[in-house]
Amino acid sequence: MKLKKNIALSDTGFVFDPSNGNSFSTNPIGLEIIQLLKQNKTQSEIETKILSTYEVDKNTFEKDYYDFVNMLGKLKLNAADEKD
Amino acid sequence: MKKVQYERPVIQRLNVGLMNKYGSRTEFTPVTQIDGNAVAQLITQYGSPLFVISERTIRQTYRQANRAFKTRYPKVQFAWSYKTNYINAVCNVFHQEGSWAEVVSGFEYSKAIYNGVPGNKIIFNGPDKSAEELKLAIENNSLIHIDNLDELYTINDLASTLTKRPRVAIRVNMDTGVYPMWDRFGFNYENGEALDAINKIVLNNNMDLVGLHCHIGTFMLTPSAYAIAATKLSELAISIQKKHKKSIEYIDMGGGFASHNTLKGSYLQGIDASPGFDQYAEAICTSLLNAGFSEGELPLLILETGRALIDEAGYLLGSVISNKRLSDGRRATIMDFGVNILFTSFWYNHKISPAQPFSQYTEDTVIYGPLCMNIDVVRENIAFPALKKNDQVVVHTVGAYNMTQWMQFIAMRPAVVLIDMNDKPHLIRKRENINSVQNEEVMPDYLKDCLL
Repeated sequence: MKLKKNIALSDTGFVFDPSNGNSFSTNPIGLEIIQLLKQNKTQSEIETKILSTYEVDKNTFEKDYYDFVNMLGKLKLNAADEKD
Repeated sequence: MKKVQYERPVIQRLNVGLMNKYGSRTEFTPVTQIDGNAVAQLITQYGSPLFVISERTIRQTYRQANRAFKTRYPKVQFAWSYKTNYINAVCNVFHQEGSWAEVVSGFEYSKAIYNGVPGNKIIFNGPDKSAEELKLAIENNSLIHIDNLDELYTINDLASTLTKRPRVAIRVNMDTGVYPMWDRFGFNYENGEALDAINKIVLNNNMDLVGLHCHIGTFMLTPSAYAIAATKLSELAISIQKKHKKSIEYIDMGGGFASHNTLKGSYLQGIDASPGFDQYAEAICTSLLNAGFSEGELPLLILETGRALIDEAGYLLGSVISNKRLSDGRRATIMDFGVNILFTSFWYNHKISPAQPFSQYTEDTVIYGPLCMNIDVVRENIAFPALKKNDQVVVHTVGAYNMTQWMQFIAMRPAVVLIDMNDKPHLIRKRENINSVQNEEVMPDYLKDCLL
């Protein structure tokens, strides 16, 4: 998944979408995933990073990752919703 | 290097300045213990879900209620409402505190006898009393609260065949200014039915009219309604004294005091909306004291409050079965308890606390039960922390009506544990198993083979 390029992130988990003025709040792991997505990391790279940092098994994270990425889509934060 | 504790990623859109139906976060600290017993340990030992009852909370609440009334009125007697929670151990905690028993069926009457309650300390209420049950109650000197004329005539007939005189009260319904008015139980005050029934009892002279009873509603948030009821019953008692030269021994105000649960649709949390015992006591006792009873004629005040005495003492422990995302983006969390054992979730927004540490991040969540039924919703909207499979939760204020109205539907009923005054847990009702259901079924011979 590719995020919109101009999404603004704060260190505390505040997410701002300047294209429509919407703002969001995410937890530390959500922030970390968004940062990795902004760096164009693949799902596999993100998974490796998270599994090495957090106490979580692969299946649990995979399930939660898909759910989170779907939510980012629902909230129109993915590049597909970006206007040229 | 030690890994960081995992919490699933969550993201919430911020709606500045707008209220939403999920409200704001209500849970700030996990509830890991109940009366010194770790939630995780209780679930390991007795299974999940699990009802837990705090004996300490029962006794403290009872004493608080007792004090509120006894400091305002000289003669007060509580009677434990069996239908609210008739697990024997719970009943006997109340009986040990001095409560009589208030029962509404032959089944509950048998339970009270089984628990050792003397017959003359059992109040027999309710619209369904068979002739056999009434006969037993008469022989035991129990207080029979007459609900309708058919029952009155049955008692009258029985009385002519028995040596003991029935001790009866009539159940009176009335307008106390609240809507809906409860008029299905007993005889109406305003239209004179109540006085007619009293005249029949006194003039037939086959039984002793010893009391007057009312039960004006449930989860009553207005103490003034009790003041009106107490005034009307007092007027009735005084008119009986004048007309028949007969003193009424007691006035029974029934139950209906609210607990601290939050009713669905209520703007305020239950703890802010519900009156305390002092407010109910002030309303009732002031009315009785000002009613005009002559000195020495003040009737005994009986109270059958159930919910307000037991609700806070009950907890339901449960576990997360799964998390889902609904089509509109809402989070859905499925628990291993639902409306089958938490019947009161139809009426209340129960407070639910995680039983393990969690962060401040929440999601707009619907909490479902485990039943394969669409109605199995425990909380429609709650801002809830991100829990994962097998995480545990504590549901608060579930002591009233759940352990009597629970259903053996789709799943078996869970165990119930009582934590005593020394923080020791006791199993007071076993978890049901397949035999709990199968033992009652009878298979005709020709259906014994399913032929598959």
